[in-house]
Amino acid sequence: MNDDVSVKNKKLGQKLAIAAIAMFGFGYALVPLYDVLCEWKWIERDRPDAIKAIPETAYTVDVNRNVNVEFMTSLNENTPMVFSSEMPQLQVHPGEYHTVNFYAENKTNKTMIARAIPSFSPALTSTYFEKVECFCFSEQTFAPHEKKTMPMRFVVNPALPTDYKTITLSYTFFDNTETAVKK
Amino acid sequence: MSAVTAEHEHDDHHDDHAHGPEKGWLRWIVTTNHKDIGTLYLLFALAMFFVGGTMAMIIRAELFEPGMQFVDPKFFNSMTTMHALVMVFGAVMPAFVGLANWMIPMMIGAPDMALPRMNNMSFWLLVSGVLLLASTLFMEGGAPAGGWTLYPPLVLQTGKALPFAIFSVHLLGISSILGAINIVATILNMRAPAMPLMKMPMFVWTWLITGFLLIAIMPVFAGAVTMLLTDKFFHTSFFDAAGGGDPVLYQHIFWFFGHPEVYVMILPTFGVASTIIPVFARKPLFGYSSMVYATASIAFLSFIVWAHHMFTVGMPISGELYFMYATMLIAIPTGVKVFNWTATMWKGAMTFETPMLFSIAFVVLFTLGGFTGLMMSIAPVDFQYHDTYFIVAHFHYTLVPASVFILMAAGYFWLPKWTGHMYNEKIGQLHFWLSTISVNILFFPQHFLGLAGMPRRIPDYAIQFADWNMISSIGGFIFGASQLLFLWIVIDTIKGGTGEKVTDEVWEDAHKHGLEWTLPSPVPYHTFSTPPTVIPCDHN
Repeated sequence: MNDDVSVKNKKLGQKLAIAAIAMFGFGYALVPLYDVLCEWKWIERDRPDAIKAIPETAYTVDVNRNVNVEFMTSLNENTPMVFSSEMPQLQVHPGEYHTVNFYAENKTNKTMIARAIPSFSPALTSTYFEKVECFCFSEQTFAPHEKKTMPMRFVVNPALPTDYKTITLSYTFFDNTETAVKK
Repeated sequence: MSAVTAEHEHDDHHDDHAHGPEKGWLRWIVTTNHKDIGTLYLLFALAMFFVGGTMAMIIRAELFEPGMQFVDPKFFNSMTTMHALVMVFGAVMPAFVGLANWMIPMMIGAPDMALPRMNNMSFWLLVSGVLLLASTLFMEGGAPAGGWTLYPPLVLQTGKALPFAIFSVHLLGISSILGAINIVATILNMRAPAMPLMKMPMFVWTWLITGFLLIAIMPVFAGAVTMLLTDKFFHTSFFDAAGGGDPVLYQHIFWFFGHPEVYVMILPTFGVASTIIPVFARKPLFGYSSMVYATASIAFLSFIVWAHHMFTVGMPISGELYFMYATMLIAIPTGVKVFNWTATMWKGAMTFETPMLFSIAFVVLFTLGGFTGLMMSIAPVDFQYHDTYFIVAHFHYTLVPASVFILMAAGYFWLPKWTGHMYNEKIGQLHFWLSTISVNILFFPQHFLGLAGMPRRIPDYAIQFADWNMISSIGGFIFGASQLLFLWIVIDTIKGGTGEKVTDEVWEDAHKHGLEWTLPSPVPYHTFSTPPTVIPCDHN
């Protein structure tokens, strides 16, 4: 290999290496990009922020329809709590407001900051599940061994397509103490 | 293989080329010769093919009957995860890098790779990465068991092995990036002056494009796993819902890497097929320039279709539609390729030696795998197929009777050139027929299982899936055992093969198809110290 070519090779190699490093940065740039893209109007978001309160509106109650709402409670690993709901499921008419209580207990001797994250199945029903009040809207602070009763008030929008007969709403509590303290 | 200290054209001013290989075993550690490194890559890939294959045998043994037989579920899931990682990063990718090392300089009339020392480094980084990955099998909590996609939050529940698995992905990534940089630099800078880009052999073209793909995607994957690492150990919340992150984001980043990654494994496959078929059809490759453009289009499309792997995450309907149609678009350039291979064979004076048999099986079976891909590109239908054995059947059809078969074909095709010895054609054909029949017994029933609803990555299943699973396992065992024939052939050919004298062009009139066939067999340690002036052109 003569010297000219080996200089050319080194230069090209360096350029390609810089491209690779730039792509590593691009991987991280995808994180904010993802949030920006999800806000774009033309990507109609089927999942509005399920952790935001929606003001109570008077719907016409559709008494001829029943929707079965199931409640699931779970804990992220390493979250030392007890978490349950008042009832496993509830039959509701679309347009009718209900309040369901959830119970949580801090099992540790320390103050704990925890956050409940909702998840819907089928996912598309989340658009029609409107919450007026929920413990999941903000982080919850628990004193050592504190037990809390936390209400969740909701309505199923009568616009819910008739195909959906069951909505499963699952809450997972995450222990956020360490991250919250750092902030 | 290349333990040949043949005489070569002496070139006084090229000091580093004026000697043969080092003496003794140290040669293999310190070598910067592209042929030595190619051999190392290929032998390592072959070894990993058997390691990954053994894991597949454990999977098929467990699935032979319903109920728990041999391994516990956690270990079973480790096996599916490790099988995939070993086969992708340890076997298929390194095998193609090995072929690139051996063949690209010989095909473009270059004396060696552009950056020979870096070449050595990429190989040994690969070995370290794979060893680190293998070591996780012996760690507290076992090897990663969340699938090769390493989705959070599941993968974050891996025991002590998690950081080791992530660092091994980093090492494998760096190794592939260095390899890719080297290959791209070689192709762009080292071609014989008489060879313009549009006269390069198809294998070189496909690797040039694959090289760019690797440089673009491996760093993104490295970024994604680094985010996993910081989520687990440094309280970041990229994918942690509690901290405002989103696990679905990981899937987007992963598949931004993952989809081009599957083309990293298939594009060089296309390249080798386009090299072998014309030789045995005794015709130039049909539609060369359309082959080049089709390869480039597939590479471009691979970057904008990733979310078809995640139709079921609850994407907006506009997203589903976009990714569905964009994915279907890939069928067009792929179809161009399949028709071109068929047209190359059309009215050709074909003979059916083992490399050609494997290549024809590739064209047929890869097309079959492509069709099931089209089925799954239809978003509403994919909801049923998602995470079932149907997807397992699909991607195994595009990987085993496609990439792996073409790697076998490449072995049979070039072994005589590399070693100067002819392989045993009878055993080769036996290997071909056993492999082709058993690979279909192995994977075809998995389509039925998937359509009937059997989920992937489970050690046990409902009783109605029993029959097809047993048939699939039997196919798996035959396929696994048949590969020992290939191992035997490789060893036998290196040792002397049939004893038949191999000509320089090996295959009839091959010298019209590529520069490598103008060199002596076995290939001397150093070739093309001065660039060739006459380039055989495999296309019109």
